[in-house]
Amino acid sequence: MALLEIKNLKASVEDMQILKGVDLTVNAGEVHAIMGPNGSGKSTLASVLAGREDYKVDAGSVTYRGDDLLEMEVDERAREGVFLAFQYPVELPGVSMMNFVKQAVNSIREHNGEEPLKAGAMLKLMKEKAEMVNLDPNLKKRSVNEGFSGGEKKRNEIFQLALLEPTLAILDETDSGLDIDALRVVADGVNKLRSEDRAFVVITHYQRLLDYIVPDFVHVMVDGRIVKSGGKELALELEEKGYDWIREETGAVPA
Amino acid sequence: MPTILDKATTLEDRFVTAFKMHEGQTLNGSNARVHGVRQEAIARFADLGFPTRKAEAWKYTDISKVLRHEYKLHLGAAETNVSDDDLAPYRVPGLDAHLIVLVNGRFSETHSQIGDLPKGMIVTGFAKATEAHADLVNAHFAQYADYENGVFTALNTAFTQDGVFIYVPKSTVVEKPIHVLSVVSTDEDAMLQPRHLIVVEENAQVKLIETSETLTETATFENVVTEVFVGQHAHVDLYEIQDEHAGSLVTNTFAYQEDHSVFRSSVFTLSGDMVRNDANILPDGVHCESHLYGLFLGTGTMHVDNHTVVDHAKPNCFSSELYKGVLDDKSTGVFNGRVLVRQDAQQINAYQSNKSILLSDTAHMYSKPELEIYADDVQCSHGATTGQLDNDAVFYLRSRGLTEKQARALLLIAFARDVLDTIRIEPLRDMLDAEIAARF
Repeated sequence: MALLEIKNLKASVEDMQILKGVDLTVNAGEVHAIMGPNGSGKSTLASVLAGREDYKVDAGSVTYRGDDLLEMEVDERAREGVFLAFQYPVELPGVSMMNFVKQAVNSIREHNGEEPLKAGAMLKLMKEKAEMVNLDPNLKKRSVNEGFSGGEKKRNEIFQLALLEPTLAILDETDSGLDIDALRVVADGVNKLRSEDRAFVVITHYQRLLDYIVPDFVHVMVDGRIVKSGGKELALELEEKGYDWIREETGAVPA
Repeated sequence: MPTILDKATTLEDRFVTAFKMHEGQTLNGSNARVHGVRQEAIARFADLGFPTRKAEAWKYTDISKVLRHEYKLHLGAAETNVSDDDLAPYRVPGLDAHLIVLVNGRFSETHSQIGDLPKGMIVTGFAKATEAHADLVNAHFAQYADYENGVFTALNTAFTQDGVFIYVPKSTVVEKPIHVLSVVSTDEDAMLQPRHLIVVEENAQVKLIETSETLTETATFENVVTEVFVGQHAHVDLYEIQDEHAGSLVTNTFAYQEDHSVFRSSVFTLSGDMVRNDANILPDGVHCESHLYGLFLGTGTMHVDNHTVVDHAKPNCFSSELYKGVLDDKSTGVFNGRVLVRQDAQQINAYQSNKSILLSDTAHMYSKPELEIYADDVQCSHGATTGQLDNDAVFYLRSRGLTEKQARALLLIAFARDVLDTIRIEPLRDMLDAEIAARF
């Protein structure tokens, strides 16, 4: 059984259809990259998978570990092991990192039938994972994402990914706004988390991230559909030839 | 001996009649000055009359709804129908404090646990103080609480009977906070008018907590006046926790500040049918600091109105105000903050902010910050925002496994955080943190 199976997914926002029939199968242990021009529907796909309510699913199905993902509440998806690293992480003034992480980690532990972590163990876990993504060890007192630099926000997403140990991680343009040094840190973090039973869907506009997070499959999304799939070489080809080449080759309508 | 306010005449007349009936005996102690002020105040009350919504200061708060209710004026002795066990839940866990208990507005010697006080300091009931410490009472009583212009202050002043009297002599630092636990426990719909006088002399420091709780389900009405004298270089913290349930509450707080003094007030309104807090701060000295904070949580048909006046009469002072509200159901919040900077009061820094979150379509918030500046070298700002809980923030938290309820609670606590953090007594802050978290 595939970990994630998307079939003919159509979704709209404010009566405008963005996804026009997406098919994608992801197995445990695989890393899939989804590339595409701006406005092609990449981030919409991420939002629909995470359960953002502004998006309406018009047709199709998404099956996650055999269950209907679209039927699950947002928080249920998270507890079942689906994680979205946000393109624009939200600032939460007054919510301390410590409190946030504690509630998130423990809600998932509780779901898995585990005891909540004690304060000492939680601190140790936070310290260990923060080091992994080179985050300020004093962050526990700071408000979530408030006053974080762009790079810190993205590292904070990967930090949470490391803490919550999801089965399916979706990275929505995690590379945007990062310079090469920050990109390497984030990619290193992700690579350390790759495992046989965890899959990644990496959404990106540029091929550069894929030099560091090497995908098993690359899909090209244009105008709400995946129009071409291939191996990691496809990313390089796209980088070289641009998205117009794909449009011409596949006859996709420009976005 | 509660007296029924009959409905035959106007509301004001009924109070005047009740005053005449009781001034000879019940209200009259041996203190001639208090007696004289009382008579001036009832005359002033009759002239002023209760406000209608035509009055700017009462535009959004229809107090006549409360006043129309038939109350019994509670003028008897303290009732003894509460036990220490009844009071136990209202103690602040882990707080080592000088405890002074008021039952139905009357000082309760039996329930109070005042303990050892620094030399010269006085903590007692107001009625007792008018006799035992007449010189101090006479020097300060009704000096700061303006009964000329405030009708509820005038009414309270006329009916002044009991409350709390606190005196902190010069250069005394009171290490333990003073906890004034004021409980209402009556099977009648009573009207109570506690009167507090707090005198903190030069270079003294004290922290006060007042928690008011209605233990019974009756629709009581409390009209409280608190007068605070803050001497030069003195520091006073005043924390008020209001949890009146079905009861209504009008508070009239007056702080008079001398040079280099610091006054801090934080008011937390957790329940109450109609609550009106009037805070009047007069920094009548140079280099004063005045901090006013408030947090109100509205549910059901609660109505919470915070009015503040900071009257900067002297130069080089600082004032800061932050009032936050979370309003659900059909509750209403009002904030009216007025900062006045007089012509000679140069180099004033005055900041004012009011932020509210509406959790339902039927909750209302009326916010009116006012700056009135006659000096030319000042830094003043004000701001007001009213909005809803940020859906993106709720989504972000839910996408990390928190339920919708957990996510909302975490965000609301975060919203309240900066007001909660103004509490400089840790056990009190912990208690309110827990209470407010449980509410969300």
